[in-house]
Amino acid sequence: MNRIWTLVIKESRDGYRNRWVVMVTLVMTLLALTLSLLGSTPTGTTSISPLAVTVVSLSSLSIFFIPLIALLLAYDSVVGEAERGTLTLLLTYPVSRTEVILGKFISHLFLLSIAIVIGYGIAGLTISFAGENGFADQEWESFLRLLLSSVLLGAVFLSIGYTISVTVKESTTAAAAAIGIWLLFVLLYDMGLLALLAAGSDGGINGELVKWLMLINPTDSYRMFNLTSSSDTALLSGMAGLSSEHRVSDISLILIMLFWIITPLVAAIAIFKRRQL
Amino acid sequence: MNSIELTSLSKFYGKTEALAAIDLAIAPGDCLALVGHNGAGKSTLIKMVLGLIRPTSGRAVVMGYDPMSAPFNGIRKKIGFLPEQVLFQNNLTGREMLEFYARLKGASLKDLDGLFHRVDLYEAMNNRISTYSKGMRQRLGLAQALIGSPELLILDEPTSGLDPASRQNVYSIINDMKRNGATILISSHALTELDERIDRVAILNRGKIAALGSIAKLRREVNISSEIIIHAPNDTMKILSRHFEGKFFVNGAARISCPANEKISFLRELMGLNISLSDIEVNDPSLEEIFLELARKKAPQDE
Repeated sequence: MNRIWTLVIKESRDGYRNRWVVMVTLVMTLLALTLSLLGSTPTGTTSISPLAVTVVSLSSLSIFFIPLIALLLAYDSVVGEAERGTLTLLLTYPVSRTEVILGKFISHLFLLSIAIVIGYGIAGLTISFAGENGFADQEWESFLRLLLSSVLLGAVFLSIGYTISVTVKESTTAAAAAIGIWLLFVLLYDMGLLALLAAGSDGGINGELVKWLMLINPTDSYRMFNLTSSSDTALLSGMAGLSSEHRVSDISLILIMLFWIITPLVAAIAIFKRRQL
Repeated sequence: MNSIELTSLSKFYGKTEALAAIDLAIAPGDCLALVGHNGAGKSTLIKMVLGLIRPTSGRAVVMGYDPMSAPFNGIRKKIGFLPEQVLFQNNLTGREMLEFYARLKGASLKDLDGLFHRVDLYEAMNNRISTYSKGMRQRLGLAQALIGSPELLILDEPTSGLDPASRQNVYSIINDMKRNGATILISSHALTELDERIDRVAILNRGKIAALGSIAKLRREVNISSEIIIHAPNDTMKILSRHFEGKFFVNGAARISCPANEKISFLRELMGLNISLSDIEVNDPSLEEIFLELARKKAPQDE
């Protein structure tokens, strides 16, 4: 445990020193502020909480942005160290390969969480103070759900990133694979599902099947988790029409995301253990 | 018990044989140098000793354990390793880098000052590694290997790219470690990089041990001719060329190549002529020549 802690501190210090945290936090804050300030303009003095609008806009932003930065953090972490020669050296020390991966995962998740909490937190606070509703009347629960699920979404793509990084031999290959994975989960998968729906629009397709096919993708689980988090967000995102039997429980959505965190992580450790140096 | 014991250790990468049935034992406190061209199998051997890759066949026992087994992890803190080339994280300071490695080994952080002094990096230890020169990085790597006074020290090309003064410093550090009873395994691509302080040399060629023994023993075994150069006045030179007919070619000086085992008898014969010589040079084969000769001799057996 002590050794994992040593690894975590070193990785975090590295992330801090190369200004990665500062850059990402800054970009996240700016994007979140822009989106939420623009998004809150049309609500005027309706009964809808401005923070609910912010949650809807931010979750759309997160679906593109968080997987991307998580993959950027993770794709190079093992193969890059292998290329620089520090991996061989590290593994001659009394650390197991499992500890190496877990150390990276914990510190990267920590860095990512800082960026998410600060970036989205600033946006959330700004909106809630700027709005006419009272501070306490805001949709804070939805907002906390957004923060939590964004961290989970980041963890999913960190795990996938490590699996890529332990498998390939060169970091350029890892970069290409990371971009491919990002496109697949964020864009292509949903397009494929749309095509499937369009093809089966004459009623031949099972709605229940499509729903679960969609939720297998962790980014869609994330979307569903946030867009249905309150009546306001559901209304804003067009999810209000969803009949109750089509709703999926929060627990199932979280379990799907946890599955996507644990499985690639375990796979990454297993592949890393067999990797020849 | 030997510190390192390799029994018919082999490694194939696909169909390429990187190491072919190596038998090698290193006793505690012994200092052995692995010498060979690039691709001779040095790194493969070192990686197997460190438990980084699995042998295709054969057995390695390092400090009593199989390096690929789980209990070997407990032994690792007694091992110091300097990789051939390592690019430390540029944005950390030398001190932070070594503190990280010391913590992993569970070694005392107080001893780090002494280590920085030892490799002449004390003044620079709080600077970022990005400001270090190539030689300073190499010395930082060496300090890293010395953390926790290891019982087994493995240095992959420790002197490559170092100036002669730094190279001498590396050997004096190695000597100190040896005096403390550490077992040392060094690899080098050239015999000339080595120092007489090394006990034994194993010459690797195409995955096989071509020769094993002290530098002096290798010199005797190879039996390359020494070159003897005689300077003398012209009339003496004439006597010489008459006496050793056909052996000389005269070009201001007389040069003769003479097998090591005939060197003494040749010199005795020369002195027996009772002539006045102005100077005499005896050039023994350099370590580099021995190395080349050994590689050349062993090569045909591989086909």
